[in-house]
Order: sequence, then structure tokens, then C-alpha cells
Amino acid sequence: MEILYLLIPFSVLLVFALMALFAWALQADQFDDLEREGERILGDSDPGLDADQAPR
Amino acid sequence: MQSAVSAVAGSAPLPRPSVRSAAAPAYDDGAVRLFTLAAVLWGVVGMAVGVFIAAQLTWPELNFGIPWLSYGRLRPLHTNAVIFAFGGCALMASSFYVVQRTSQVALFLPKLAAFVFWGWQAVIVAAAITLPLGYTQGKEYAELEWPIDVLITIVWVAYAIVFFGTVGIRKVRHIYVANWFFGAFIITVALLHIVNSAAIPVGLWKSYSAYAGVQDAMVQWWYGHNAVGFFLTAGFLGMMYYFIPKQAERPVYSYRLSIVHFWALIFTYMWAGPHHLHYTALPDWVQSVGMVFSLVLLAPSWGGMINGVMTLSGAWHKLRDDPILKFLIVALSFYGMATFEGPLMSIKTVNALSHYTDWTIGHVHAGALGWVGLVSMGTLYYLVPRMYGRKAMYSVPAIELHFWIATLGIVLYIAAMWMAGVMQGLMWRDVNADGTLVYSFVESVKATYPFYLIRFVGGLLYLGGMLLMAWNVVMTARTGGAPARQLPIAPIVAPTAA
Repeated sequence: MEILYLLIPFSVLLVFALMALFAWALQADQFDDLEREGERILGDSDPGLDADQAPR
Repeated sequence: MQSAVSAVAGSAPLPRPSVRSAAAPAYDDGAVRLFTLAAVLWGVVGMAVGVFIAAQLTWPELNFGIPWLSYGRLRPLHTNAVIFAFGGCALMASSFYVVQRTSQVALFLPKLAAFVFWGWQAVIVAAAITLPLGYTQGKEYAELEWPIDVLITIVWVAYAIVFFGTVGIRKVRHIYVANWFFGAFIITVALLHIVNSAAIPVGLWKSYSAYAGVQDAMVQWWYGHNAVGFFLTAGFLGMMYYFIPKQAERPVYSYRLSIVHFWALIFTYMWAGPHHLHYTALPDWVQSVGMVFSLVLLAPSWGGMINGVMTLSGAWHKLRDDPILKFLIVALSFYGMATFEGPLMSIKTVNALSHYTDWTIGHVHAGALGWVGLVSMGTLYYLVPRMYGRKAMYSVPAIELHFWIATLGIVLYIAAMWMAGVMQGLMWRDVNADGTLVYSFVESVKATYPFYLIRFVGGLLYLGGMLLMAWNVVMTARTGGAPARQLPIAPIVAPTAA
């Protein structure tokens, strides 16, 4: 099973990369005010839908 | 940066821009519009091929003795068309739509997004030509020969540049959870594709895998199951986490849980693949590792499923009135079913019964028709009117009808395949007292015939629903006005650069 010598180190590297990404997300305050972030997308991001109402 | 956050946290209602700046860029929905139409078209084509090959299993005369109509060549065409053409176009449409709205910024390099669209269509057309002609690498869900693999790589890198570029220039500091799921899907599929498709070409349309024997099998299912996990799960979860809250007009039940869902899923997914190779030449301990990881996956999967469904908590009446929400929420129920059934089937003793039977086909279609299909259709019903400057689809009752036809089709399909699969498994392992087999293989085929017929009817219903959708989309596009140009709202939080 020589292929495991490729796939296992590959997965370990990937986990390290994910941990680095998670660490970045933490220090970049991505998780600071979570419940508010869930509500934000419901804001006025989709203005009037009909062609005649929407700004051009 | 900290002060910007606390300033926002202090103001109760979201600040709305009073004046729209003329300089504000409009969202770039050209590629989104094309991808939504392409998703519907390829959905019809891919599902029609599926119904045709289901009919071939019931009535083998439908091969007509023509090689390029034979089951072995059309089956990969069906899987590629529904996964990568229908599913892929739906994912690209929704990811380009969502990343712009949640980042409050227009698409990064919109011309490159147009290239992604036409490049991806070229891949699909190339697949539709080469697979019936018999050009294949013989790797499940990675059948396409090396020149098409190279094209896929180029298009995928362009897709990643547009998506991550848009995230990079976002005007909102927080990266919405849907974008994390889309991002994981894009990066992982790129890695999987490159490792699994490594091959040595010996001609324009012929190549040999870089791996041999059981090594090749291990790479293939490392790819195969992670494709399920990241293409068919993570990507569509990204869809789910944006379009269910938007359609329900409520924030996701627990945004915190959605973050936990994301990290738990991506940290644990990578090693589920060996469960496809139970009782093979793969070392026993690798099979067990695959089984354990598959069982662990039940937790994040169900956490996400419950989180999505509970978004309707306190507003369940919306499920009664809104056919689009029916699509999205029932899709999640099928996601829950498939992610319970999957770990169950990965247990070695269960797998001894289920593997190589039609139970596997039933399981895959609970996920494909139920989860991927329904969540994509709900998303497309949300997107299409918005792409054509309308408030709703041309016919809302037709959406309702589509939902019921599709759901009935799925139930017929998976129930037939469950029964067929368990029956086949029991017949194949049944031995006489002297150790000989009770049934020959062909007897199990004969016993499966009625279930193939039921499955064909289920597939036909599902295709009928898709045709109804195609009609509805065409009518919406024809009666719609010029597409509305949508503007991002003013940045709420200082951009990352600040």
C-alpha cells in the first residue's frame, strides 16, 4: 500500500492548512458576533426585483 | 477594526443607505443567469438519459444493438450530466450569486466568469460526445479522458480566481458561512481532480492511470467519496445556508452551529473513502479507518440538517404556503436520510449485505434526487425570477405540482431500490446445507425485474417534474422584463484592509 505514503502525509498537511485557516479566522475576528452575521444577509441586499423598480 | 465592530453591534437596526452612490458597482449577474438556464437544460438532458438507461435495465432491447446507445456507455454520461452539468451549473450559478450579495461587491473579473461558463459548457459537450463513443479512463465519476481533464483544470482554476477574488475584495469583513462551504468545495474538488486524474497519455484519447491495482482503487475512492463530500455535500450546503434563510426571511436557526458544522465536516471528511472497498485487497485496518470516519460524519451532517430545518422554527406555516421552501426543507430531510443511511452502510457487516446490490443505487439517489436535486431546484426557482426582473416564477402552482411529482418519484425510486437491494443481498448469500449457492445470479436479476419497472416509473415522474420546471423557466424568461441590475448596499463594516 505505497499509496498511503502519499495520501496520509497529504491529509496531514491538509489538516495543518485547515488549522492555519481556522487560526486566521479566529484572529481576524470572523467569529466575533456570530448571531448578528446570520441576520445580516436578510438586510436590503436584494433591492426591488421588478425591472421598473430596480435602480439601473 | 475593533471599534468598527463595536459600533455596528451598538446600533440596533441595520443601517440602510439613504442615497445610492452612482459610483457603486452593480452586481454582475451575467454568468449567474447563463448558469441557471444551463442547469435547467442539463437537468432535463441528464435525467432523460437516466430514465432511458433505467428503461434499458427493464427492457434490454432498448440497446438497439447500437454500441453508443449501450448501457455501459450511457451510464457514465448520465452520472456526469446530472452531477457535473446539472449540479455543477447550479453550484456555479448560486456561488457567483451568493458571494456577491454576502460580500456586497460585484464579481471579481466578470469576463473570467463568462469564460468559466463557456469553458464548463465545452467540458460538458466534450463529455456528451466522448462518453458514448467509448472514450473513458474507467474511473467512476472521473471517466473523462485526459484532454478534457486538462480543460476542467483550467476552467476550475478560473472559477477559483473569480470566487476567491470576490471574497478578497469584499466590503463586509465577515465571510458568510455559505462562502466557507463554497470555498471548501472549490479547493477540495481541485485537489481531488488533480490527484485522481494523474495519468500517462499514450494518444490523444487514451491514457493509463498513474497508479495501479489496489493503489489505484484507493486513490479512486479517496477521490470518489470526497467528491460526494465536497461536490455533492459542501457545495450544496453553501446553497442551503443562503437560500433557506432568504426564502424563509429568517436567519439560520443557529449561526454558531453552522460554523461548527463547517469545521467539523471538513476536518472529518477526508478518510471516509475506504468504505467503498470493504472486503477487497485493501488492508483491513484501512477499511476500518474508513468505516470509523464514516460513522463520525453522522454528527456534523445531522447537526447541519437540524440547523437548516429549525430555521423555520416558529414559522412552520411558511412550509405550507411556499412551494420553494418545500423544495429546500424536504431536500434537507433527504440529506438527513442519506447521511444516516451512508454511515449505516459503511459498517462492514451491513456492507457485506448491501455492497454490489441496488441498495447502493437507492442510497445514491436518495442523496442525488432528494438532496442535491431538490435543493438545486428550490434555489433555481429562487434565482430565475430574479434574473429576469420578476417577483416570482411565471406559474407558482406549477412549482407546487413539480414538488409533489418529484417527491412521489423519489419515494417510488428509493423504495424500489431498497427492496431490490436487500432481496439481492439475501439471495446472493443464501447457501444450501452442502455449501452450494441456493440461487444463480440470473435468478436474482429475474426477481429484480418488477423493482426495475417501479424505479423506471419513479425516474419518469422525476423527469416529468423537471420538464415542467423547464417550461416554467422558459415562460418566466420570455415574459420577464430586462433583468434588474442590483446594487450592493453601502458597506456596513469597514473592509478588511481598514
